[in-house]
Amino acid sequence: MAGTRPYPDEPVGPFPSPPTTDEDREGRAIEFVAPDDFEDVIGDVVEMYVQFDPTDRAQGIPPTGEDRIRNWLETIAEESVNVVAYHDDDVIGHAMLVPDTSDPAAIEDKGDIEWELAIFVLQDYQRAGIGTKLLEHLLGHASDIGIERVWLTVERWNNPAIALYERVGFESTGTESFEQEMAILLE
Amino acid sequence: MNVLVGLVGSDESVKTLRQTVDRTHDVGDDLTVAVVEKPESKRSQEEMVEQAEELLADADVEAEIVTLEGDPGSALVDYAEQGEFDQLVIGGGTLSPMGKIQLGPITEFVLLNAPTTVKLVR
Repeated sequence: MAGTRPYPDEPVGPFPSPPTTDEDREGRAIEFVAPDDFEDVIGDVVEMYVQFDPTDRAQGIPPTGEDRIRNWLETIAEESVNVVAYHDDDVIGHAMLVPDTSDPAAIEDKGDIEWELAIFVLQDYQRAGIGTKLLEHLLGHASDIGIERVWLTVERWNNPAIALYERVGFESTGTESFEQEMAILLE
Repeated sequence: MNVLVGLVGSDESVKTLRQTVDRTHDVGDDLTVAVVEKPESKRSQEEMVEQAEELLADADVEAEIVTLEGDPGSALVDYAEQGEFDQLVIGGGTLSPMGKIQLGPITEFVLLNAPTTVKLVR
């Protein structure tokens, strides 16, 4: 369904590029990294999702149970664009873009494709400014590699998440139903 | 049980019908198939009816097939309300590239307005 969603007229940016290390509001040193190969960090990311409180799941993701988590990440791993947040040696946040195409192998120009965004931050690290930073670094990395159009859906009643997306420049582009669709055009 | 299954002509509709027909076959429910009008669907209303007829014949299940005109959600709920149905079955949404479950406006209308039990097929 490429090219079917509405996007804001004005591009947004620039956003910071990873890697960066930054202190969160609790004084913890958080490192934002875009791994060259997601396979290298997939084990650490699986561990984060195993710790993730399922009450914060959204629209069925992340799945629960290590096998289902690994299977989900491996399914989207190859063509996805990822930024992970580390505290010491643990992944505590993960943001990703997945191409909206039936044939990811045939992507010639990342700017031609729409990318779906999702972001998760481990419960103990929420409300410390990490989500905003993680989102900004993902968008900075995306812009660096030529991605222009990013969209997402969020549960309509999830006001904190909607406020976060608006803060970095996403605009609401339609309310299908239970999900609010939002989009951003990158510089 | 008296079951009404609502179809819009998508791949999810075909999956929903298949599962419902299997269940009907196993437990001996009474089944009515309602095909609504959704012009942007992959299959036209006629094509969906034809496919439903085939599926029912293959499974050796008897069911009445009706076509409903007008707004899909409201036509379906209205039809369910007029009949003596115990359950209304519809497709349970699509998956985004990320794997997020997405429910469309028809599903939302049915869930919020149907007086019967509603079953979403995944």
